[in-house]
Amino acid sequence: MPFFAYTLVFLFLPAATVMVGAFQGATGGYTFDNVTEIAQTASLRHAYKESIEISLVTALLGGLLGFLIAYAAIRDGTPNWIRSAFATFSGVAANFGGIPLAFAFIATLGTIGIVTQFLANQLHWNPYFHGFTIFGKTGVELAYLYFQIPLMILVIAPAIDGLRQEWSEASSNLGANRLQFWRHIGLPVLFPSLLGAMILLFGNAFAAYATAYSLTSGTGLPLVPILIGADLSGNVYTNPHEGQALAFGMFVVLAAMMLFYIPLQRRATRWSR
Amino acid sequence: MSRRRIAPSAIVWLLVGAVYFLLPLLATFLFSIKDQNTGKCCSLASYGFILHDPQFWTTLKLSFRLALETIVVGLLLFVPTLYWVHLRLPKLRPVIGFIALVPFVIPPIILVVGLLQFFKDDVHAPFWFLGKPDLFLVGAYVILAFPYIYFSLDAGFRSIDVHTLTEASQSLGAGWPTTLGRVIIPNIRVAALAGAFLTLAIVMGEFTIASLSTFHTFPTYIQFINESQAYPAAAVTLMSFAITWAAMLSLLLIGRQGGRRTVRVGPGR
Repeated sequence: MPFFAYTLVFLFLPAATVMVGAFQGATGGYTFDNVTEIAQTASLRHAYKESIEISLVTALLGGLLGFLIAYAAIRDGTPNWIRSAFATFSGVAANFGGIPLAFAFIATLGTIGIVTQFLANQLHWNPYFHGFTIFGKTGVELAYLYFQIPLMILVIAPAIDGLRQEWSEASSNLGANRLQFWRHIGLPVLFPSLLGAMILLFGNAFAAYATAYSLTSGTGLPLVPILIGADLSGNVYTNPHEGQALAFGMFVVLAAMMLFYIPLQRRATRWSR
Repeated sequence: MSRRRIAPSAIVWLLVGAVYFLLPLLATFLFSIKDQNTGKCCSLASYGFILHDPQFWTTLKLSFRLALETIVVGLLLFVPTLYWVHLRLPKLRPVIGFIALVPFVIPPIILVVGLLQFFKDDVHAPFWFLGKPDLFLVGAYVILAFPYIYFSLDAGFRSIDVHTLTEASQSLGAGWPTTLGRVIIPNIRVAALAGAFLTLAIVMGEFTIASLSTFHTFPTYIQFINESQAYPAAAVTLMSFAITWAAMLSLLLIGRQGGRRTVRVGPGR
């Protein structure tokens, strides 16, 4: 079938080149040098640490905020139009990444950004005099949350919808308050979905390149995708296999993430009708 | 016994969300109407600058053409395959589903390393292939669009009775092309369109592969403007956001027309 031929040429063979190349020496023989070099080079280890940290922070914060906003939009009493407005907007914002997102945050919180100017001129508190910068790690995290929160809303909304009304009624009939309902029923039922969604957010942030590249191209925050990009543009490393080894490292992290995600997904659907 | 009033804590979180989502857009808008020389409000010069830049039109047209080509190739690959799998080879369905998920584990930044190495150094693809965005980039973008096209179409195929439709069509004397073209495709049209609009949104925003294989598409143009022109950058950023909006709203609209929810969005980039 042409489908399989296509995936072979454009997906599996190129991916295999990365995997094989990661274990090839400069002269062609097979070696673990490239991979051990990552483990031994402080700057490369640091890049993985920063990448993982940013992904963790935005997955946890984005997951928490996304869940709270999704629950607020879905729960009884919230008008329907608010719910659909948030659903629609999340669909757009989750796909609004990359270069434009970076600029939107520069216009908001850059040195002459609208919010920065407001804080500096009206409240006489310039965040740039207090160590903040949109072009660094915090800035990247703030920008990533702009697509992480909507993605969380999209992914978790069906699970919140699945919390059955009868459960909350049954528990309150038995004398439980809201807190006890969440402690003993709501959170245990939602837990696999929540964790699964946050793992998805982690991978989403870990693989992102464009936003971080555009925000930090001047400051040089070392993230793994950015190092790979610099490697491809040919101005940092001399060893072409280093980029492949870095990419292989990313693949390992993402594959491990999938291994956690798939069983969680299975558990999450246990309570669905 | 559902409460009618909106809960106070819900108001707080919805406001937090609304402010976080809208503030950057508002700031970008305010930026875009500043005067290029004085930095004061209000001027439409930034929009004029972008609209009069020939590079804007060239890159926008290129990205749009690439998006259309990606959609056509993606649908040509998936529609017959999924039709056949749903009809004759249901055992293969998980395999196709797995392949469609692989791009989540091999994101653009890894894929581009592999593509450049594979085509440049391993198979020594000729320049007519490597130098043409319509071949090299579309080749890669179809892979990026896999999950979105697959989930849209798979939902579409599951919601129709492939067997009955095929048998009915063939007992009336139709051959395979007629069955596929006049019976199956009209029935999965909404699903195919949903996948198409998601793909459009992805291709119009894809930066990683385009910039690292040194092609000049719409997103690389935006980055170029970002680096050189602050206020026009705000204008072009808003235009790019409008394109994403248009694609996603069309998706919602056709979803509603089709009477079922086919909207499925996953992680991009």
